[in-house]
Amino acid sequence: MDKQFQWWPPQASNFAPPVDQLYLFLLAVTAFFTLLIFACIVYLALKYRRRRGRRPAPVQTNHLLEITWTAIPFALTLVMFFWASGLFVRMREPPADAMQIDVVAKQWMWKVQHPSGRREIDELHVPLGRPIKLDMTSEAVIHSFFLPAFRTKQDVVPGAYNIEWFTPTRVGEYHLFCAEYCGTQHSKMIGRVVVQTPAEYQAWVAGTGVDEAPAVVGARLFTQFQCNTCHGQRAPTLANLFGSTVKLSDGAAITADDNYLRESILAPRAKIVAGYQPLMPTYAGQLTEEQVMDLIAYIKSLHNQQP
Amino acid sequence: MTSIPYNPAFDERSHTYLNIDYGVRSWLLTTDHKRIAILYMLGITFFFFIGGAAAVLIRIELMTPAGDLLSDDTYNKMFTLHGVMMVFFFLIPSIPAVLGNFLIPLMLGARDLAFPRLNLMSWYLYMIGGAIALTALILGGVDTGWTFYTPYSSVYSNGYVVMTIVGIFLAGFSSILTGLNFIVTTHKMRAPGLYWTRLPLFIWSMYATSVMQVLGTPVVAITLTLVAIERLFHVGIFNPAWGGDPILFQHLFWFYSHPAVYIMVLPSMAVVSEIVACFSHQRVYGYIFVAFSSLAIALISFLVWGHHMFVSGQSTYASMIFSILSFMVAIPSAVKVFNWTATLYRGSVDLKTPMLYVLGFIGLFTLGGLTGLFLASIAVDVHVTDTYFIVAHFHYIMVGGAVSAYLGGIHFWWPKMTGKMYPEWWGRFAAFVLFIGFNLTFFPQFILGYLGMPRRYHAYAEEFQVLNVMSTAGASILAVGYLLPFCYLIWSLKYGKTAPANPFGAAGLEWQTTSPPPTLNFESTPIVEDEAYAYDKIEVPYD
Ligand code: HEC
Ligand code: HEM
Ligand SMILES: [Cu+2]
Ligand SMILES: [Cu+2]
Repeated sequence: MDKQFQWWPPQASNFAPPVDQLYLFLLAVTAFFTLLIFACIVYLALKYRRRRGRRPAPVQTNHLLEITWTAIPFALTLVMFFWASGLFVRMREPPADAMQIDVVAKQWMWKVQHPSGRREIDELHVPLGRPIKLDMTSEAVIHSFFLPAFRTKQDVVPGAYNIEWFTPTRVGEYHLFCAEYCGTQHSKMIGRVVVQTPAEYQAWVAGTGVDEAPAVVGARLFTQFQCNTCHGQRAPTLANLFGSTVKLSDGAAITADDNYLRESILAPRAKIVAGYQPLMPTYAGQLTEEQVMDLIAYIKSLHNQQP
Repeated sequence: MTSIPYNPAFDERSHTYLNIDYGVRSWLLTTDHKRIAILYMLGITFFFFIGGAAAVLIRIELMTPAGDLLSDDTYNKMFTLHGVMMVFFFLIPSIPAVLGNFLIPLMLGARDLAFPRLNLMSWYLYMIGGAIALTALILGGVDTGWTFYTPYSSVYSNGYVVMTIVGIFLAGFSSILTGLNFIVTTHKMRAPGLYWTRLPLFIWSMYATSVMQVLGTPVVAITLTLVAIERLFHVGIFNPAWGGDPILFQHLFWFYSHPAVYIMVLPSMAVVSEIVACFSHQRVYGYIFVAFSSLAIALISFLVWGHHMFVSGQSTYASMIFSILSFMVAIPSAVKVFNWTATLYRGSVDLKTPMLYVLGFIGLFTLGGLTGLFLASIAVDVHVTDTYFIVAHFHYIMVGGAVSAYLGGIHFWWPKMTGKMYPEWWGRFAAFVLFIGFNLTFFPQFILGYLGMPRRYHAYAEEFQVLNVMSTAGASILAVGYLLPFCYLIWSLKYGKTAPANPFGAAGLEWQTTSPPPTLNFESTPIVEDEAYAYDKIEVPYD
């Protein structure tokens, strides 16, 4: 992180160059129209300034002119719209092979957990060149995970999972800011993202070796909270559930994604699986956000195994 | 020309709305729209300086990267106070309640608004609301930001949230009632011959603003009430831990607060149209296009609120729809800018103070509007939202645009309102100071935002300091720029030259009566025989 003033933020992710290009295009349009209006005003104000003996000449509205200066901005905004939306759609769709890292925001810190289990606070280590998908939620209020060097930001909302993805493209350390006002220490809810070479990252992640992988912790919670007493018997099997289509008792069908799993655990009555009774108790208030994420990691790891 | 029978008694200023009666009661119980306008002017000036004092503290704190002058909590309370005062108690009421109140009946050739007592009640609601919000501040303040995002505001904040909300709620009702009053007045009280197509553009814009106030304000009032209910009774509405939905709040809040931006800007466009025409001595170019673009803005701006929520997790397709609609709302604004500029063509341009403010408005509003395109471009918005880029953008629109127009309007109609001329040299000087100070304060913030400095930050990274120091330096110039008119306008009340009925050679019914007008505005109801802006029938004033 450079402490010197710079004119341009560093470009460190796959999104930085295309966002900057669009930004430059918008800057060019802005500069052109601002200068045009400025020049017109100065020219007209001087040329037609009030002088004795020169009467103003009434001007008729020219409809063709009106249509022209409506149509040109219209066309320009359409270009902007398609360009920006195309890029945005890419920002919203993480590739299938992205590595998932869990983020839980608290007032006022960022808690991060890697797939291997390694945890960190207010820092995010990522390997160069690997698509990364952050799965994020918050414990109390809304925060926003902002990485200026990556040109990306996503609000972190309590009660739901939001996703942010990117591929780091330059080794180095960059700012991590909370961008949504969250109370007293909002401006201290900052940290850094560290982009490492894949080898360095592997070494880092193996690190101290005290943290267990989320799926392992999840498996233990699954027995500890007695989920296994129902699931597999009176309740649907959870094997191969993630990503499948679930039929609900009200006839609707839904894809089992992170948000669905989370809701099934914390508000089981909200959606009932077709053919089952609403027996499942709610775990809201008993599990921390991290534990819910661990359970979900465990459910995701169940492929063709009987829970 | 409009014909008003000549009456010598009028010229002697035997009775104007100002000297007809003295004493506090005659002001506090008045139902004269002109006196109520003056009451509003006192109110909003007071709240402007409170909000301004908070801005000064914010800017001084931001001179250094460390948060050293104020504590975290105090800083957070300061930007909340600044935002709440400036938006709800200064800018929303500014042009409508002061200039609108004063001018609408005059421009329509009416004796007063349709409901004079309701008008007085609106002022009381506004003042009581302001007093309550101010009390909340004195007792300890609020730290939620003027946006009151949940669940922070409804559960976790320790400030006087409910009290502030009550204050805003009352001010909101005041603006609903004012809007209603204006709508009815425009429909029912136009002078004979004043058809819709002859209305000054000021009236068109005010009309569009009033419709938005009446439709939009109840939504924010109810939304804030829901926040208060959740806070007081712990009902799960917005807090997910109690089964609520925090994003619902954002939808409801912005459903009002985006149109609110236009509630602040349309009135300034109203002022600009009048002043450009007068000081170019020319009818406004493309009258009908300018008029309908106001209505288009009023309509579309109710459909773009989701552009404040591109990173909230809103669905991708919803975001795209909000994006295209946001681009569409930019077009009528552009049409207006082009038409105002074209009005200068072949005119007789006089660069008096009001005109300087208005030309400043056109430039700054253009830049503010064009940077809005960055925010409608979703992929760029993801990077710049909630940074200083946003702060710069909305100050270009609200301060560079709306406040400049308000000051331009105050200068333009000052002779009419007070019967005195403002000092021309000082006026021009202050307009220049404001323009320079404004750009120095807010232009660096665009760069700061793209570099990544988040808004509402009490302490920030060291590399952002240079631009922040520039911004603070600009703010001190800006402060001088605001104090100047405050001083010389007060000075002019006693020492200013006496104003004639129509000092600038302007068209419009308000200039047909004396300065200041008598309580009933006109000796007898004027009869309108011309379109607005019939400048070809008025002598060019040379001075
Ligand atoms: C008392 C029995 C019971 C217990 C204990 C229980 N569940 Fe369930 N669970 C059910 C039943 C019955 C359903 C299906 C009906 C429904 O959708 O609520 C279900 C549904 C689910 C689903 C949705 C399954 C699908 O096919 O869509 C998930 C996920 C789930 N439970 C996870 C858990 C976890 C994790 C635990 C432990 C923390 C747990 N359950 C504990 C009875 C139980
Ligand atoms: C004159 C009318 C003005 C209006 C209507 C206005 C409005 C606002 C609003 C709505 C905010 C957002 C507050 C928030 O984030 O909660 C804001 C923030 C800010 N304003 Fe103003 N403002 C005005 C004048 C000024 C002036 C004159 C200055 C500088 C001296 C200034 C400096 C700032 C700063 C620095 C912030 C950012 C605070 C932060 O987010 O940390 N404003 N203003
Ligand atoms: Cu924060
Ligand atoms: Cu908006």
